[in-house]
Amino acid sequence: MKKNVSLLVAVCVLISLFAAACSPSPDGKGQVNVYNWGEYIDKEVLSIFEEETGIKINYFEYDSNESLYSLLMLGSADIDVIIPSDYMVARLIDEDMLEPLDFSNIPNFSLIDSRYKGLEYDSNDAYSVAYMAGTVGLIYNSAMIDDEITSWGALFDEQYSGQILMFDNPRDAFGIALKYLGYSQNTENEDEIYEAYDLLLTQKPILQAYVMDQIFDKLESGEAAIGPYYAGDYLFMAESNEDLVFVRPEEGSNFFVDAMCIPKGAKNKTNAEIFIDFMCRTDIALMNMEEIYYASANYEAAEEFSAQLDDGEYEIMFASEAVLADCDVFIHLPANILELYNRLWTDVKK
Amino acid sequence: MKPKYLAIPYIVWMGIFVAAPVLIVVFYAFTTADGGLTLSNISEMGRFLPIFVRSFELAFVSTIICIVIGYPVAYILSREGARVQRLIIMLIMLPMWMNFLLRTYAWMSILENTGLLNSLLTALGLPALQIINTPSAVVIGMVYNFLPFMILPIYSVIVKIDKSLYEAAQDLGADTVSVFRKVVFPISLPGVLSGVMMVFVPAVSTFVISQLLGGGMVMMLGDLIDMQFLGSAYNPRLGSAIALVMMIIVILFMYVMNRFGEGEEKAVGL
Repeated sequence: MKKNVSLLVAVCVLISLFAAACSPSPDGKGQVNVYNWGEYIDKEVLSIFEEETGIKINYFEYDSNESLYSLLMLGSADIDVIIPSDYMVARLIDEDMLEPLDFSNIPNFSLIDSRYKGLEYDSNDAYSVAYMAGTVGLIYNSAMIDDEITSWGALFDEQYSGQILMFDNPRDAFGIALKYLGYSQNTENEDEIYEAYDLLLTQKPILQAYVMDQIFDKLESGEAAIGPYYAGDYLFMAESNEDLVFVRPEEGSNFFVDAMCIPKGAKNKTNAEIFIDFMCRTDIALMNMEEIYYASANYEAAEEFSAQLDDGEYEIMFASEAVLADCDVFIHLPANILELYNRLWTDVKK
Repeated sequence: MKPKYLAIPYIVWMGIFVAAPVLIVVFYAFTTADGGLTLSNISEMGRFLPIFVRSFELAFVSTIICIVIGYPVAYILSREGARVQRLIIMLIMLPMWMNFLLRTYAWMSILENTGLLNSLLTALGLPALQIINTPSAVVIGMVYNFLPFMILPIYSVIVKIDKSLYEAAQDLGADTVSVFRKVVFPISLPGVLSGVMMVFVPAVSTFVISQLLGGGMVMMLGDLIDMQFLGSAYNPRLGSAIALVMMIIVILFMYVMNRFGEGEEKAVGL
């Protein structure tokens, strides 16, 4: 009897798994599986989308470009829309992992600012539609650090020992070290990369921690005094600690664009395009900007939103042309360089 | 006759979710992306020696601390009345009803430089302690999370010891210390062994605790493996190789422990 019960349970579980995977939404409009960064959308827009279109959204989050890439490679999930950053878009295109978009389903593409079109990662605008953009900068607590900080050098300065936070991912961490040394963030010169590696090694003893989103708590509470992070997130942190200051170091920084794409073999491609189009709409882009403080690629939304910002905030969210001229945009690196990054990063962290 | 067919669902479960994944890990560890056999993943292990050493070291220290704290708790508990026992067991289990991540985050705010513990010390005029982002913080986190898994198996063995054994030993002239040393302790060893297994194995492969409490400065094997699958380096073949080597070391370790345990059991004639 017991065996029959277990069998029954197992069969039920299996059936419900399959049912969940195959069930069409009640009104027959189907569904769309969206994978986005954590804290990178106003979740209200998801219900607006469902109400307006009748398409059911299954919404998931990831925490880095690399973990998104792993998800796609493992191939175990149904994914229709992803929002990777520039260099990862390029890698996915390079490895033939994206579907070309049908722009007749995405009329709102015309609302995208021309500075986010034709970028190096997808120069023909065939596979991606820019969502949000921003820069990386240094965030420090002016109540804990008296000097005015202008250089990445502060992250390697022994007088702040034990109070420094650093990016916990290789591309951003090496990017800062390379920039401080005066090299390109996209260098393929192994000597330059090794020099950055040595710098990161000497930095480790004076670090408090390697962090990603834990930086919010640690800077807001005054646990740490300084760390690099994304401009939009600074505006979010400054709401709870007004001693925090944002600077774009004089050596230049990183400018990133996160763009919406459809992975190869997506089961709901048309719905995915309808979703991408929806995200490009001005009212939706505005809602998202108000929630996350990143610069929307929709120029109408960006213009309308900037009216409510003071000059300082505006400059942080929307970097000027002059600032951008000093910034690198990550590009996809050849496999041997990526491998070198991975190996050296493990060696830094071990 | 034992109805063996009752075990079938479990065997099927083990086959699908234990045996098959292990085989996949072995397959990945010895192959290249284009399907050829290789030893190169395994031969890279030398690079990770410091991480292997640190993981086993911290797991070992955590296990010892768990025994030192957990054994007396289990022993004292077993001597209490039934109601007290039930209450204490519930209190020991209580933290496990909360999410594991949440508990570890809580430790982060306790141990931070501006955290609860240091605020308290400073208020008392004592010097602050630098614990967060050090191996000590990771050990504290592991001991806290895994301690119930040490206490419970030891307790369940000690509580089953026939009371007449104590009486017999006392009748034969043994004092309290000798009763413990010659009767209770040897009989309780199988409980300690399963406690060690339940603490040491998850401790060796832990990753969230070391990331949160170690501040990314104390990399353990779990972090390294995580990095190969879902982290910054996508290399499941290397990840599988690391996992495989770790498993083999743990199995060897357990084998030695069990041999030691069997000897003890024979010595007390069980």
